[in-house]
Amino acid sequence: MNSHIQVRNLNVFYGKQQALKEINIEIPRQQITVIMGPSGCGKTTLLKSLNRFLELTDGTQISGQVLVDGQDIYASAVDVTEVRKRVGLLAQRPTPLPMSIYENVSYGMYIHQMRKDKREYKDAVRHYLELAGLWEEVKKRMHDPATSLSIGQQQRLCLARGLAVEPEIILGDEPTSALDPISSQHIEKKLLELKSQYTTVVVTHTLRQAKRLAEHVIFMYLGEVVEAGPAQEVFNHPQQERTRQYLEGLF
Amino acid sequence: MLKNPWKRRHIIESLVRIVMILSFLAVAGSLGLILWTIISRGLPALTWEMVTQTPKGGFYMGKAGGVLNAILGSLYLASGGTLLALLFSLPIALYLQTYLETSAWGRYVRLALDVLWGIPSIVYGAFGFTLMIALGLRASLLAGILVLALVELPIMTRAMDEVVRRMPRDLEQAALALGSTRLEVSLRVVTRQMLPGIVTAVLLAFGRGIGDAASVLFTAGYTDRLPTSLLRPTASLPLAVLFQLSTPYPEVRERGYASALILTIIVLLVSFGSRWISARLNKYTIR
Ligand SMILES: Nc1ncnc2c1ncn2[C@@H]1O[C@H](COP(=O)(O)OP(=O)(O)OP(=O)(O)O)[C@@H](O)[C@H]1O
Ligand SMILES: [Mg+2]
Repeated sequence: MNSHIQVRNLNVFYGKQQALKEINIEIPRQQITVIMGPSGCGKTTLLKSLNRFLELTDGTQISGQVLVDGQDIYASAVDVTEVRKRVGLLAQRPTPLPMSIYENVSYGMYIHQMRKDKREYKDAVRHYLELAGLWEEVKKRMHDPATSLSIGQQQRLCLARGLAVEPEIILGDEPTSALDPISSQHIEKKLLELKSQYTTVVVTHTLRQAKRLAEHVIFMYLGEVVEAGPAQEVFNHPQQERTRQYLEGLF
Repeated sequence: MLKNPWKRRHIIESLVRIVMILSFLAVAGSLGLILWTIISRGLPALTWEMVTQTPKGGFYMGKAGGVLNAILGSLYLASGGTLLALLFSLPIALYLQTYLETSAWGRYVRLALDVLWGIPSIVYGAFGFTLMIALGLRASLLAGILVLALVELPIMTRAMDEVVRRMPRDLEQAALALGSTRLEVSLRVVTRQMLPGIVTAVLLAFGRGIGDAASVLFTAGYTDRLPTSLLRPTASLPLAVLFQLSTPYPEVRERGYASALILTIIVLLVSFGSRWISARLNKYTIR
């Protein structure tokens, strides 16, 4: 397996409570990896360890390594803003910035100085809005506030905004759970379209969604990884009793 | 299915509506009456001289001159007080939110601010005056500014507290997730979200400050000269109104109304200005 991310001996504590225990996983390049497991098992925590969001919470202790292309993102010489530029995040609820639709997409490119002039920014904004499947709906109202969009449109805007800083990895923490069915489908479809260019890691609570998206699956329980592997194998022939029970909807 | 207007619920509904309409008319009517009084009595006396000249010899007996000294004095006093209050209120509001959010101290500080808000400004004036006597200081622009800052501080801080409190927490995370530095988050995102509210808070406090007579009565004093030094006394519009209205000369009383009109215009400009600015800035804020 060509793995893009390797997690080695990762332990995470919130104060005294241990949220992740000795996590060792590999995440394949340019595929969709789905993280599953019951509520409170540490899915969000694992996801946040991949873009160094854990350190935003007071009192978290992290040990172990997270290697992206072989480089430890927790090494002291690493620039955390570069990590987060390479590892984009699609949150559970859309969180547009207090700006226009246009500026929401250009913001990230702008702070990283990724384009030379206005023309280039304009073209890039259009490109990423198209990539997120939002362009047609917003092309006539680029300077309206982002909050004037519907929730589903806002989530696609957040996708475009994340793609605009040219990440290699996209994280999604239940990115469709706040959306209506049609908007969820939109996002799912986009993730499937984009998977050949990006390494995608998605947390989901719905088994059906997991089956639609996943090529690789990580199943967690009480802070540990119980089972991980190609989706077909895990779904059809789970090795662990816990996984089987979860897939049968027993908990 | 037909509506019976004599049903109890419908009668109560109509009564409450009438009470609301009457209250509204009472308030709108008083506002209209106040404006009509100062405009009808003040406008004839509102000459170019009034706003461009200081009181000349015999001004208080109806002769030449204007109230430029009071206009400038009031602008200086209120601007200085507002600036000083801003210097303290923004850090207090941020501190309340970031460090005292969950502690009991936060509640005490907010309670203290609410009490301070309710204290009549003459008490602030008296307090400032006592302090000045103890320190052997005379009435001055500086003392007036200090006391006005105290009057404005609770208003501004509580208004800003609300602004900071309404700041959505996800917003910072969204910006950080794109690889922003902390500074970029503050300058480009947080400021953008909070600026309209902050501007409103500042102008609200300015409006309160510029109209306040009691706090500057003892502390800033009064003089016919233009304010030139922080350490000298200065005139102010509310006191100009007070003094002119209390003379026995009809011409001077008319000028009192003209001064009141000037003050009202300034306050209206500030409040319309603040509405205009915050409506423009508010366009993009996340609610
Ligand atoms: N900021 C925090 N402080 C203390 N404990 C926390 C914090 N965040 C999470 N936890 C705890 O860590 C454990 C893992 O939480 P996490 O949010 O990663 O679970 P999850 O699998 O994402 O759950 P869900 O499916 O409900 O979103 C839980 O027991 C949770 O209570
Ligand atoms: Mg979660």
